[in-house]
Amino acid sequence: MDLYPLFNSLRIAALSTVLIFFVGLWAAQVISRCHPVVKGVLDVVLTLPLVLPPTVVGYLLLCLLGPNGAVGSVVARLLDVRLTMVWYAGVFSSAVVAFPLMYRTARGAFESYDTTLTDAARTLGRGNVWIFWHIQLPCCRQGILAGTVLAFARALGEYGATSMIAGYTPGKTATISTTVYQFWRTGNDTMALRWVLVNLAISGVVLLAINLLERKER
Amino acid sequence: MSLMVDIEKQLGKFRLRVSFTAPLEEVTGLLGASGSGKTVTLRCIAGLLTPDAGHIELDGRVLFDHKQGVNLPPQQRKVGYLFQQYALFPHYTVEQNIAVATRDRMAVEELLRRFQLQEHRHKRPRQLSGGQQQRVALARILAAQPQVLLLDEPFSALDTHLRGEIQGELSRFLEQFSGPCLLVTHSRDEVRRMCHQVCVVHHGASQPMQTTEAFFNHPRTLSACRLMGCPNISPLEHRGNGVAYATAWGLPVQVPQNAAYVAIQPHHIRLVDGPGDHRLFCRCTQVDQGPFSVSVFLACGDGALQMEVSNWDWQAVDHAQGVWIELPPSQLLPLTDE
Repeated sequence: MDLYPLFNSLRIAALSTVLIFFVGLWAAQVISRCHPVVKGVLDVVLTLPLVLPPTVVGYLLLCLLGPNGAVGSVVARLLDVRLTMVWYAGVFSSAVVAFPLMYRTARGAFESYDTTLTDAARTLGRGNVWIFWHIQLPCCRQGILAGTVLAFARALGEYGATSMIAGYTPGKTATISTTVYQFWRTGNDTMALRWVLVNLAISGVVLLAINLLERKER
Repeated sequence: MSLMVDIEKQLGKFRLRVSFTAPLEEVTGLLGASGSGKTVTLRCIAGLLTPDAGHIELDGRVLFDHKQGVNLPPQQRKVGYLFQQYALFPHYTVEQNIAVATRDRMAVEELLRRFQLQEHRHKRPRQLSGGQQQRVALARILAAQPQVLLLDEPFSALDTHLRGEIQGELSRFLEQFSGPCLLVTHSRDEVRRMCHQVCVVHHGASQPMQTTEAFFNHPRTLSACRLMGCPNISPLEHRGNGVAYATAWGLPVQVPQNAAYVAIQPHHIRLVDGPGDHRLFCRCTQVDQGPFSVSVFLACGDGALQMEVSNWDWQAVDHAQGVWIELPPSQLLPLTDE
């Protein structure tokens, strides 16, 4: 059994989770302090990928990153690099689709954070960056960890948008979810079942991790 | 060598205008009802809020000046702020909480010892009692070597039975502190026990500073008199040629022209044997017998008065029908309408 889809899926999920982690925290921090109207608008925009069908996200991403897309054409001309139908295209689609999970849970955690802790640290002479990493983030760690794990799980299972902008090329862009579909479509039920079992195992571990985290917090 | 504050700030419909000078080595009370702007004032001094106008100066150092464009960040103000719920970092141990404010390991050890926290050094804040939490918060503040202390309702987070003990502890601590100290409170008892002088804050406006003694004996404003705990307050009606009429009691009184209210403390009302100047006949509506004195609730006309007399004096009069009382003119407190 060629394990490339497993490796590729984990690689895509890990990279997109790292990306989402930082961008999501930043967005959550900025937006939780915004004016309510601005917050409402940005919230809708950033949560949209959660409710849109992944194929719609995939279509929009193709418009943006495709060879004729706004960003894709510029990158192709300047750097001679393709942004679609390559393995890392999966990172873009997974990141966009999983982003709202991280952003929303982190924002919820930041909004319930007691800001007098930040005030106290400031009067004690600590800088804002130090306070964010040493006080605010640890105090919100439960929500942030939950968001990260959920985002990772979602990124790992991403199919719709990924199949549109990364396609399915065995040994190149194949992920677990696209491989399952490919084997089923070509009637190779045995292989499809094997990958289904792999996927079930990974998802089980992720959910177990979430539950353990929650129990540990209590 | 003091803390000078003269600031203005608009917060929605709420307008803050406070001005006072807190002297060195003394505890100044900021007394007011909740929502009167006391905490906002502390936050402005600490640099957590920026006033719209004015000037804040600590020991000759300008912390904020609107005209000069000076606005030091909280980190540079050297202001020790004791928050209402202490704001201890829940994920840090006692030791780590104190170490946030200093890199000096020796100083942390010294503070742990001074506040008797050595045996608790590895505990987290939620494992500590209210009093211990306050000691950690004070130790942490001192580690940052502040030049002024701001205490925001330091006893509101404590059970009543702990309060007295911790007030004493905090008082002893404050005696050793060499800078000015501001104590925000809505409790006259805390002012009486802990403050050298008091500044009343009412609807966002500060009133002139009084010593604690003067505040309890001669409040100058209606709000100060209420905060001081005097129950006998009457509006005044000025009727020309220097005569005013205390409408709640139906009594003519002599007070300055600018007075809008008049008050008298319960223990200053005297029992007398018959009619005369400054005297009233009242019915007794309720009598609360204490160990040494009696609180008598009186009804006179439409108004009510509360009197405090010794058991001895009370037993000496026949009060079945009512009693004659005197409001001695020298004990009347003229109040402005603020």
